[in-house]
Amino acid sequence: MSVVHRIEVRTKDGLPDARGEALLRRATVEPGLPQPSSVRSAQVYLIEGALSDSDLQGIADRLLADPVTQVATIGLRASQGFVVEVLPLPGVADPAAESVELAIERLVNGRVRVLTGDRWDLGGVNRAEADEIGRRLLANPVVQSMRSEPWMPDRFPEARAHDAQTRDVPIRELTDAQLERLSREAHLFLNLDEMRAIQSEWRRRGREPREIELETIAQTWSEHCVHKTLKSRVRYTEAGLAAGSPSLIRHASAYAGHSIDGSALVIDNLLKRTVAAATHHLMEPGRPNSIDWCLSVFVDNAGVIAFDDTHAVCVKVETHNHPSAIEPYGGAATGAGGCIRDVMGTGLAAKPIAATDVFCVAPRDMKEPKGCLPPGRILRQVVQGVRDYGNRMGIPTLNGAVWFDPRYVGNPLVYCGVVGLMPRDLIRGQVHEGDTIVVLGGRTGRDGIHGATFSSAELTDSHADEFSHAVQIGNAITQKRTLDALLVARDVQGGPLFHAVTDCGAGGFSSAVGEMGRSVGATVHLDRAPLKYAGLTPVEVWISEAQERMVLAVPQKNLSALRAITDAHGVEMCELGTFGTPERDLILLWKGQEMGRLSTHFLEDAIPMPEREAVWDPAWAATQAPATPETPAPDGLLSTLRALLAHPNIASKAWIIRQYDHEVQGTSVVKPLVGRHGAPGDAAVIQPVVGSNRGIAIGNGLATGLASDPYWMGLAAIDECVRNLVCVGADPTRIAILDNFCWPSCRDPRNMGSLVRAAEACLDGALAYGTPFISGKDSLNNQFTTEDGRTIQIPPTLLISGVGIVPNVDRCVTMDAKRAGNVLLLVGRTHGRMGGSHRLMIGALDGCDTTLPQVDLKEGPIVARAVAACIREGLVCSAHDCSEGGVLVAAAEMAFGGDLGVKIDLQAMPCAGLVSPHARAFTEDPSRYLLEVADSNLTRVRSMLGSLPNAVLGRFDDSGQVSVAAESMSIRELRDAWASGGEGW
Amino acid sequence: MSVKPQALVITAPGINCDAELAAAFDAAGAQPESILMGALEREPSRIDDFQLIGLPGGFSFGDDVAAGRIMAVLMRERIYPALASAIERGVPMICPCNGFQIAVQAGLLPGPERGVWPHEPATPSVALCQNRAARFHDAWTRVTIPSDTRCVWTRGLQLDHETGLLPSAHGEGRFITDPSTLTALQTNGQVAVRYAEGENFNGSMDAIAGICDPSGLVFGLMPHPERFTRWTQHPWWTRLDPSQRTGEPLGLRMFRQAVRIAAEPAHRRSHVTSA
Repeated sequence: MSVVHRIEVRTKDGLPDARGEALLRRATVEPGLPQPSSVRSAQVYLIEGALSDSDLQGIADRLLADPVTQVATIGLRASQGFVVEVLPLPGVADPAAESVELAIERLVNGRVRVLTGDRWDLGGVNRAEADEIGRRLLANPVVQSMRSEPWMPDRFPEARAHDAQTRDVPIRELTDAQLERLSREAHLFLNLDEMRAIQSEWRRRGREPREIELETIAQTWSEHCVHKTLKSRVRYTEAGLAAGSPSLIRHASAYAGHSIDGSALVIDNLLKRTVAAATHHLMEPGRPNSIDWCLSVFVDNAGVIAFDDTHAVCVKVETHNHPSAIEPYGGAATGAGGCIRDVMGTGLAAKPIAATDVFCVAPRDMKEPKGCLPPGRILRQVVQGVRDYGNRMGIPTLNGAVWFDPRYVGNPLVYCGVVGLMPRDLIRGQVHEGDTIVVLGGRTGRDGIHGATFSSAELTDSHADEFSHAVQIGNAITQKRTLDALLVARDVQGGPLFHAVTDCGAGGFSSAVGEMGRSVGATVHLDRAPLKYAGLTPVEVWISEAQERMVLAVPQKNLSALRAITDAHGVEMCELGTFGTPERDLILLWKGQEMGRLSTHFLEDAIPMPEREAVWDPAWAATQAPATPETPAPDGLLSTLRALLAHPNIASKAWIIRQYDHEVQGTSVVKPLVGRHGAPGDAAVIQPVVGSNRGIAIGNGLATGLASDPYWMGLAAIDECVRNLVCVGADPTRIAILDNFCWPSCRDPRNMGSLVRAAEACLDGALAYGTPFISGKDSLNNQFTTEDGRTIQIPPTLLISGVGIVPNVDRCVTMDAKRAGNVLLLVGRTHGRMGGSHRLMIGALDGCDTTLPQVDLKEGPIVARAVAACIREGLVCSAHDCSEGGVLVAAAEMAFGGDLGVKIDLQAMPCAGLVSPHARAFTEDPSRYLLEVADSNLTRVRSMLGSLPNAVLGRFDDSGQVSVAAESMSIRELRDAWASGGEGW
Repeated sequence: MSVKPQALVITAPGINCDAELAAAFDAAGAQPESILMGALEREPSRIDDFQLIGLPGGFSFGDDVAAGRIMAVLMRERIYPALASAIERGVPMICPCNGFQIAVQAGLLPGPERGVWPHEPATPSVALCQNRAARFHDAWTRVTIPSDTRCVWTRGLQLDHETGLLPSAHGEGRFITDPSTLTALQTNGQVAVRYAEGENFNGSMDAIAGICDPSGLVFGLMPHPERFTRWTQHPWWTRLDPSQRTGEPLGLRMFRQAVRIAAEPAHRRSHVTSA
């Protein structure tokens, strides 16, 4: 008979218990937590199965405990202090348990079930305090149980079972109010127009829809899957204009799909007429400098560009915001995992070769409202999630950014990007009628149900309870196996064994099979899907977003060859159905019985796209600017510089970067931290093909400080992304970019107005810089409603990610200053506009120009190309872009990055008009670069820059000091300020 | 024309540094082949065809329970005898990072004192446990090579202050053993590489970054020499004077030494390794 056994493993007395010590340190730095005097950690294994005492002893000694450093206890062990024990909730994935089950099977030849968890013995605190520490630092009730004593149940708890029926949902007779209530209560999150469209379709069909059919529509029509806001027709008006802000109405009306209607600008499809239009325009054959290196844009899971004659590069950037708000570790890990799968599912499969991460979170010391997790914990666990997924998959995470703003408190943003490499002739897949629908990878469970619709909702203080099922726990190793098998199946002699591949992301099978079967239809046997546990209903199988699953279209004749590969890699393979139905319908079966039938035409074409109202209201938008604190900033230029270097947006991110394996695959050329001591690089460069000197630069631009006019914010982000890539040696005529809009609710016309301005900036910016958008994504309901009904909207946030081709990695440049005696050359024009600057985030500055920095669309691209030419010619020793904090921050980073001093003359700066020293030093005016140039090359560089504004600001030296005007400060002090601003996590 | 020595790269679910390990063997003049652990378990005699072996880094089986634990348990069960006999016939073996963690638990390191491999894998006597900070850490560190090391991969390598570096990336790399094993490793020339002064970020005993077996053939280390085979991988290569970038990077030199030994006829090889 099966019983539950318990084995605990802990560090031997006298040896360091690193996890216990880490928790002790964490409790010390976390504000307001009780202080334990001691912490001892242990790993807990609960094993259900028929095992003898000697089996158990063997498992403890040979598998679970290290004989050098650990001891195992079989059974319950008395507590030392108060116990906090953390175990996964029933039904939540426990990847470690699966590995232990496999190993035990080998050791004792018997099947067992395992649960793994952690035990913490806390000394010097009382029971209530131990629980408080557990709640704040150890357990998340969404996925874990927390117990106050060691747990040894008689049997394992089971996940709840559901009946295997699919119900009819009567909607044909419902009123509008009833339709809306149904949408909300069934978590469909469809609006009234959409509910009505469904109602009329089923009235026409003469029956009620089944639950599974409604769910399919809800997934397919979710904002997450169909981007219905960005693709809608928009009527945009302006309620005024702030100083320096352009009117879009006349400016944009010349573009295709834009027209004037009275005082309004009407855009017939926002995404198509802005972001996508830029790319298609740049690719138009016959136009000067027409781009021929975009191979696949906006149609696949990722955008694809040419790398060289035989390889292509694909890129995708995703957000995983809502899951990360309620379970940051799992949310971020599956965000990274999902984006990796997107790249695996591009064309006929790409190999992921690099990852990026950008996080927008609340300041660490902020007190969170009820229903939110503490901001410090969110960022720490988000980093751990990305780390554990990326590192385990063996993908270097090597570029990113973190932006802090209190408005992200209930709604943190987690962007994950992945770059893939694939053969150029395999960038397109095509499902054939008669292909078998094959699922590879993980099993289907009840995890992640309603992720797609959840992500399209607004968060409230009760969402953590209501949507715990939307959270998923990833298993990176399952995905790594799947990737290995997929690439082998792609690279077999004679061509790939499959005709098409895609990932199971939001909406699960319903989206993946639905999308792949769009042109041919599909028959799906839902009962064939391998399950994590019994009891899933057909609906649950169909929409579960369980991780690590890929869907392939495989010709019958290749099935056995594919199975041989998946068997060798230990990857589960299931034949779920067949592509191709007479009417192109989607037919859902359970044990042969029809559960639902949907027309792919209806799914694709019937979604109502109402016109949306967009109003640009500058007075309201001004309130979107980051707050300026009442406390005064330091007086001196260098004390201000020191304060800025310690600002969390600017300070070192080494604590994050160094948790990622950014060296795996052995391709890194420019790492995220450069110089001897790790200074902040502008972008990363990898050399992905062995034997080729060609490289890929990976960078990003984010200018959330300019949120009070998203037009300037969008242009600044594009300009910054280009600058970052140019500074490491990328060719500016071979840069592709991606857009990720994260906005508060666009049902508010003012937010919609700000979205229109950002989208138009994407169009103008991409055209001016010649940087096509190749992919993008949006997340449009990022706001949090507190218990007392207050809504916290995030600032509109546009991330521009970019990849650039580096013709020769030997010519790459880093930002650390190289040699005393070299000059510091500023390229680009300074206006002294201080709006949105970090200088104003640390205190007011009297008499400055508070308008927003403006990108000059004529000069900006020319400056970028001229700087790139100087770098390509080998005339530049180091290059750094001037972004957060301005020129002085950039110059100081170069100096301490190279262990050199620098003397700077701000008066030498070429300025448009009268600009005060503080404004010269700290404005974040765009399109500016700092270059380190040897005297012998200066004439040549300046002649290449021609009439572009540039000036020698100073010279690097051996003084160990940054000097400006009459002030000096040691580079050690400045570096310490920068480094310490990123400590304590 | 001489035949290239064949290098076996053992992969498994979660192993993720196999490609760069194979590339390093290739760059050093060997012919690499990656084979899944499952295939070797079914047919351990395939190991007999190789003159070099690499056990790559990664997160074998998710590093569940502890880093390398499950892979080591599987290796002890099925393929240990074939690996031991390969070492006995003079095959150099490199085990970076997860490979090191696996090797110390699979009975491959620190190896038998008298050089005779037992039939049953030995009980582990050294451990790689969680870094002092209990956190994954990625960094390049300066390293030193003990002048008395027996390790055929590192013996005699001269290091320069600016280029004598290797990259590390791990969460469980803190080398721990009992005092008598430590003394034996030190006196027997089995310490193959150390973190330089001030660079021992994980808190390893005696700053040990890697050890070898008494024959010097089996080399386990936490850093990744396979990730330093090109100058552009160096963390501040853009600062290095061209004169400092002559010759081959440290990681590639390690592979060169072992490939040279593997290419030698067996009778000379046994002579070299008993030095």
